[in-house]
Amino acid sequence: MNSAAYAIEAQNLVKRFGSFTANDNLSFFVKKGEIFGFLGANGAGKTTAIRILCGLSKPTSGKISVAGFNVFTQAEKIKQRIGYMSQRFSLYEDLTVAENFRFYGGIYGMSRDQIRQKTEEMLGKLNIAELRDTIIASLPLGIRQKLAFSVAIMHSPEIVFLDEPTGGVDPITRRQFWEMIYQAAASGITVFVTTHYMDEAEYCHRISIMVDGRIEALGTPAELKAVHHALSMNDVFIKLARKAVNKE
Amino acid sequence: MGTSEYAIECASISKSYGKVKALQELSFSVKKGEIFGFIGPDGAGKTTLFRILTTLLLPDTGTALVDGLDVVKDYKALRRILGYMPGRFSLYQDLTVEENLQFFAGIFQADIRENYYLIRDIYEQIAPFAKRKAGKLSGGMKQKLALSCALIHKPVVLVLDEPTTGVDAVSRREFWEMLIRLKNDGITIVVATPYMDEATLCDRVALIQHGRILATDTPQAITNAFPWQLFEVKSTDTLNMINLLKQHPEVHNADMFGETVHVSVKPGRISADDLFSYLQEHGHLQSEIIQGNPGIEDCFIDLMRMTNE
Repeated sequence: MNSAAYAIEAQNLVKRFGSFTANDNLSFFVKKGEIFGFLGANGAGKTTAIRILCGLSKPTSGKISVAGFNVFTQAEKIKQRIGYMSQRFSLYEDLTVAENFRFYGGIYGMSRDQIRQKTEEMLGKLNIAELRDTIIASLPLGIRQKLAFSVAIMHSPEIVFLDEPTGGVDPITRRQFWEMIYQAAASGITVFVTTHYMDEAEYCHRISIMVDGRIEALGTPAELKAVHHALSMNDVFIKLARKAVNKE
Repeated sequence: MGTSEYAIECASISKSYGKVKALQELSFSVKKGEIFGFIGPDGAGKTTLFRILTTLLLPDTGTALVDGLDVVKDYKALRRILGYMPGRFSLYQDLTVEENLQFFAGIFQADIRENYYLIRDIYEQIAPFAKRKAGKLSGGMKQKLALSCALIHKPVVLVLDEPTTGVDAVSRREFWEMLIRLKNDGITIVVATPYMDEATLCDRVALIQHGRILATDTPQAITNAFPWQLFEVKSTDTLNMINLLKQHPEVHNADMFGETVHVSVKPGRISADDLFSYLQEHGHLQSEIIQGNPGIEDCFIDLMRMTNE
């Protein structure tokens, strides 16, 4: 197998908390530049796996590398090469738009010039250059989420992790957000995304569906629908997740 | 109990926070015994409206009656007949599951045994954890406890602020099955949700955005009023195809909808074959096009664009 082709390689990932197995032998590979949908019911073990892939938590066992680095021994290297955003936490609300760019750019070791240039570029793309000195708290959610995504990829990470990035966002902004995801993927950034919107599952190149700590299905949306004789990803998801024991 | 056929009657309710107009002249009514949904994104004003309806916030202007009681003047009487489940978990984290239920029953002087039939299906799922502190429950179990506590005094009107946000598709479906059972027990339900697909589970809905109601009706009537003809197009290279479709003079708009693109056009001006040829001429050789039926999300997007323009 050609390692260089993969942004994430997870073989037999196991994570136990005491007697509870949160991640039960997960194996999956995510290709570079791929949009990978990581789906599962609440309590299926998605958050645990994402924390491991981001270098924030050590697995119990397994052979896992992210951006070519080992999650056991090179977690700090991983953190420098990924981007992350979630619905709950993304930007500092009391800072302005430009200050958030400066803060995150600084954390990722970018120079002042690079930060300035990226800020202009990202704000230009979103057509909101005039909001540079606006406090985040005063911006509508839709704009905030698009900004959060821009900040998460300003250091050109190899992989960006998006944890329910579109929750509660209006339907037009939700689509604009996915256009941004496509553009990021086209520029070579691998996208690892979770969502509860099943129409968004269709926008992913490939999807995995977790049930009770295990990956029950993995493939393109078309493959999964064919295998499970379903018309939509919603039907596939419901067929698989109904079997769950560990429900919240 | 009020004698009107309406459980809620709102007239010209407005509320501002400083310069931000959270609600602008909202008027609507909810019939007794129906499930009425407020469908809209975060920041639309749903929570502000629900706080006014539950007497927790005063409107700047306008009047609201719930079961005939005024939300300002009659707030004490009104609180006795309301069940409210806020968007954020608001039970006592340091009390156990059963202590929370007893607490709420106590405040409302309700008899748990008498009203248990209302919450049986929900509470039995968390009963095995009756001695666990509420703060230690998982998200799904917290939600079930919150709903049990909101119901234990058998409210006339149940107000649910985004009960399914962040909840997976299976749990959402189960939650809605519970709501429909409660409706059959005679409780009027007002529910807010950002999920457009949940609109079809409501008897009537109000689509809400930027503090204004875009439309109020049955889900069927709202989709029937969609002013465009809709085609569903499937092809590869979706983004490129959307841009191409938007350039066609008869096309009003084109949006991603899962694996298809929904294309709205002026009615009767263009056929599926015309669109197919157009796409073929521009390099999309393998597209599939069928006549589609608009859903609530199509209508919401269209109404949003109309009000933004």
